[in-house]
Amino acid sequence: MSEAVSALKGESHAGFATVTEAGLSGMVTLRADLSATATRIALAGQGLKLPGPREIVAGEKGRFTAWMSPDELLVICSYDEAPAVAAGIAHSLHTEHVLVTNVSDARARFTIAGAKADQVLMKLCPVDFAALKPGEMRRTRAAQVAAAIWRSGPEELSLVCFRSVAAYVMGLLEVSARPGGELS
Amino acid sequence: MSHRLSSGGRLIDRSKPLAFKFNRRKARGFAGDTLASALLGSGRTLLGRSFKYHRPRGLVASGAEEPNVLVNLGRGNRHEPDQRATTTELFEGAWATSQNHWPSLGFDIGAVNDFASKLMPAGFYYKTFMHSLEAWHSLFEPIIRRAAGLGKAPTKPDPDRYEQAYAYCDVLVAGGGVAGLAAALKAAKEGKRVILAEQTAHWGGRAPVDGGLIDGQTPEIWIQNTLQALEGMENVRLMTRTMVAGLHDHGYAILYERVADHTPGDGRPRHRLWRTRAGITQVATGAIERPLAFAGNDVPGVMLASAVRDYIVNWAVAPGKRLVIVTNNDDAYRTALCALGAGLEVAAVIDARPAPTGPLVEALRERGVKVLEGRAIAKVKGSKAVKAVEIASHAGEGGAVEVIDCDCVAMSGGWSPVVHLYSHAGGKVKWDAAAVMFRPDAAKPPTGDKGQPIAAAVGAANGHLTLDAICAEAGMVGQVEAEAPLMPVWVMPAKASEALKFKAFLDYQNDVKVSDVQLAAREGYASVEHTKRYTTLGMATDQGKLSNINGLAILSEALGQEIPATGTTTFRPPYTPISFGAITGEARGEIFQPLRKTPMHDWHQAKGAHWEPVGLWRRPYTYPRKGEKHRESVNREIVNTRTNVGLLDASTLGKIVVKGPDAGRFLDMMYTNLMSTLPVGKCRYGLMCSDNGFLIDDGVVVRLSEDTWLCHTTSGGADRIHGHLEDWLQCEWWDWKVYTANLTEQYAQVAVVGPKARKLLEKLGGMDVSREALPFMTYREGTLGGFPARVFRISFSGELSYEIAVPANMGLAFWEALHKAGEEFGVMPYGTEALHVMRAEKGFIMIGDETDGTVIPQDLGLGWAISKKKADYLGKRAQERKHMTDPDRWTLVGLETLDGSVLPDGVYAIDEGVNENGQRKVQGRVTSTYYSPMLKKGIAMGLVKHGPARMGEVLEFPADGGKVIQARIVDPVFYDKAGEKADV
Repeated sequence: MSEAVSALKGESHAGFATVTEAGLSGMVTLRADLSATATRIALAGQGLKLPGPREIVAGEKGRFTAWMSPDELLVICSYDEAPAVAAGIAHSLHTEHVLVTNVSDARARFTIAGAKADQVLMKLCPVDFAALKPGEMRRTRAAQVAAAIWRSGPEELSLVCFRSVAAYVMGLLEVSARPGGELS
Repeated sequence: MSHRLSSGGRLIDRSKPLAFKFNRRKARGFAGDTLASALLGSGRTLLGRSFKYHRPRGLVASGAEEPNVLVNLGRGNRHEPDQRATTTELFEGAWATSQNHWPSLGFDIGAVNDFASKLMPAGFYYKTFMHSLEAWHSLFEPIIRRAAGLGKAPTKPDPDRYEQAYAYCDVLVAGGGVAGLAAALKAAKEGKRVILAEQTAHWGGRAPVDGGLIDGQTPEIWIQNTLQALEGMENVRLMTRTMVAGLHDHGYAILYERVADHTPGDGRPRHRLWRTRAGITQVATGAIERPLAFAGNDVPGVMLASAVRDYIVNWAVAPGKRLVIVTNNDDAYRTALCALGAGLEVAAVIDARPAPTGPLVEALRERGVKVLEGRAIAKVKGSKAVKAVEIASHAGEGGAVEVIDCDCVAMSGGWSPVVHLYSHAGGKVKWDAAAVMFRPDAAKPPTGDKGQPIAAAVGAANGHLTLDAICAEAGMVGQVEAEAPLMPVWVMPAKASEALKFKAFLDYQNDVKVSDVQLAAREGYASVEHTKRYTTLGMATDQGKLSNINGLAILSEALGQEIPATGTTTFRPPYTPISFGAITGEARGEIFQPLRKTPMHDWHQAKGAHWEPVGLWRRPYTYPRKGEKHRESVNREIVNTRTNVGLLDASTLGKIVVKGPDAGRFLDMMYTNLMSTLPVGKCRYGLMCSDNGFLIDDGVVVRLSEDTWLCHTTSGGADRIHGHLEDWLQCEWWDWKVYTANLTEQYAQVAVVGPKARKLLEKLGGMDVSREALPFMTYREGTLGGFPARVFRISFSGELSYEIAVPANMGLAFWEALHKAGEEFGVMPYGTEALHVMRAEKGFIMIGDETDGTVIPQDLGLGWAISKKKADYLGKRAQERKHMTDPDRWTLVGLETLDGSVLPDGVYAIDEGVNENGQRKVQGRVTSTYYSPMLKKGIAMGLVKHGPARMGEVLEFPADGGKVIQARIVDPVFYDKAGEKADV
């Protein structure tokens, strides 16, 4: 497994905010009845909590669960443990109608860090960042591609997009974070 | 003669002189100048030529409404045409050239058009189209081409950076004058999120120039205090150099911020487009003064009265030494007082009103200035500069009673509220006969989703033209001189002769005169929208900011109706032109559009791959070696794949997983054949049709487990087909238990193809890939060379072939491992062109080649892939309709040229006779055509009427240059007809 490399191998640019490809990241898509007790139990088995609509909630071991749609969740964990997390959830729900699949390789993840991190994404995403609270998962777009964003730390945002457009998204972030382009 | 005054100028900093060039000659100005004020201050009044007649033109206005002085700004890659001098802030080293003249600004051969202007009346462009085509080509087009055109188009890529940003607020205030500042402060104090945008670099609008008191304070002090209060509030964003360009549905406003126009090359983005959602937009955009329509009102030196005092007060620039004021209202008297205060001579005020009175009028009389009552300017004398004005009775036809020498005429025909933003999204305006203006109708604002207003007008934009009225509306107390009513004046003098009206301009930029609008009315134009287009009134880059009301008033008079019966033309965004750079934003160069890259993309690039765009992907078309032509490298790749082993990056193939108790039933509906019966571990080729029966996608479906299928789609079709599946699941069969997920990007996929493919994989090792363990059209999961792999025995080339999916993050490593292990077997990568040729050699169809949205599977001889057992599938009923079952439908065959050449793509086979349009009848067309390096001749597929029944017949295909190519109808499978090579 040591040969796995992320789309941009951790490329980073320091502008008025620092934009970085976050490297390998584990992600599991779960499509299921989110109101079912079985779903909640299956998540708990992996140290995960059930998020409400448009939420991202922290679980154990640095894992997160994000609400993606009324019947879809995204589990975020480390790259190496994603297959086991997916298998664990699938096993727990094997009698239910669900779809559990590892999508770690289908995605690229970025962090945008700094006191003016919001201003980078204000140029790319039609999102009211003043109203984006910690713990909110926002599915949106970055310029011309689909993206999901959330506040992943103090003065830090995370963005997830498809792997194939990682270089495009890095191009967007780099130009939008260039010094002189501050919005205030 | 215009000149810089020795003192004053509230916006300029005399300690910071700036040097610039106009028409290659040195000029000077100060920090705070606009290009217009600097030019005027350096004594230049002739600054451009008009669009149609090339008449000499100078500044009319001081702001966004300026129609005349557009310049080419900048040099080399920063050259930009049509920049308005009045809204261009001066900077050190600015380079401007005037437009629309040849050979020079002072002497223009094109001005001969002026003498010919009797030949170019209203509707000239339309009327010329009625002449013969020959006359158009030889006479009119060359003349118009030479006459027309504003600035020069740039020829080099723009070096500057542009961007967009999204903003949200409760209240957007458009305009930072007194009304806008007051509205912003009020909303901010209520806790609302406020954006206040001002198009210039300065706050306060006209108030500092026009004077008065606001809550007992001078405008300067009040503006300073208000700004200070706003700056201290967290919920307010103050933006100068930012124009609210347009207001759209649902409170969506476009703001155009000129971030660095005045500091070019400082590394900041030049322009920024703010895509703003506002709960409500307060339109505080002020008002624009109207010109008066008298003969020679376009001679350089004739300016709006308000502009004259703007230049004096703001930039200490006197537009002339001896001024004449011509007006129909009291406000213009402020200009006379301002000019006197600056030490200029005011020769006379010509007032069209019979007996003007009031404090402003009296103040001027007290200064000993002559006020000519009931008078008009009959005409202006001078061509490149004002020399004198002829005075006549306003009620008459223009017989001169007096001539007054002067070098500047300050005119005022009243004011028009800037209702543009209010109107953009559907707000209505109403005619106020007493105030002689259209003003926003508060009862009919533009509305949002719940019918709520999304805009409201305040201040002068709302028709409150005086400071006391503006303040009263905002809950403040304003003091200013009282003004007597104005008198409507649309043509001056009122009964001006035809000769005078012929030189009385309404639209300066498009050279539309009073006579043109009247002619249009005589020729039957009653609608203001038609008249606009017929005369081109208001159609120039200034969009009629000065001409609109005057033009429609004259049209109304000519039609004998009231102004509201004529109505206005439509106000459309943007308010003034915005840059293409701002509209483009970040989308240029490498990030012009998303480029999708497979995990092996950089490897292909490094190996010199020639790219083929497939959707937003780039796929290697071929990998030419040094000195190899593409055709040669494609042939090499094919021969090597068919004799040794080739590798194809197939990562772009769509991979959609479909799971659930109803998944089999669902796929039976989506595909034409049966997928529910596919055994676990097996692969089956499937076709997808639209509900109209047409073939939309194809690919191999794999049954991964009892309740899970993996559907491969075409590279370009993955997202579309995923959407198609979800559409049917969510909208039609919402109660079926099926989940889908698009896993296209989760896997890198490599096709290992050729007789030595198995040897290569066996060398990598890890799982049994023998014929027995992994037969043709089956699937196994395991490891290969240490990589977790899904291995599919499927073939699109007719060779022994494995398609292997590994996690995308390991894709490049796996690809390189295959190359390393394959060295001894002569492994080579191959591109999409080799893929295409090999599939054509096998007679396999390609979505987009053999299909074009009108082709059904039955046309392609794919009846075997259509289940006869199923009660239904998408497209079934459509395919049973008469037209679809017509035996005359063109059907797939192979085509082989008699001379071995390659047929051109897309050519038609001719038939006997002609159709009802007199065109030669056709009986088929080529859908795919290639040179086959295996067969060493051209091969093709095509759709031919009764095709399969006509094997051996020869068709004729006319090609370029009158050549006719003969081709024989043959079986579409050219290579390995028995299919023995794939199943080994």
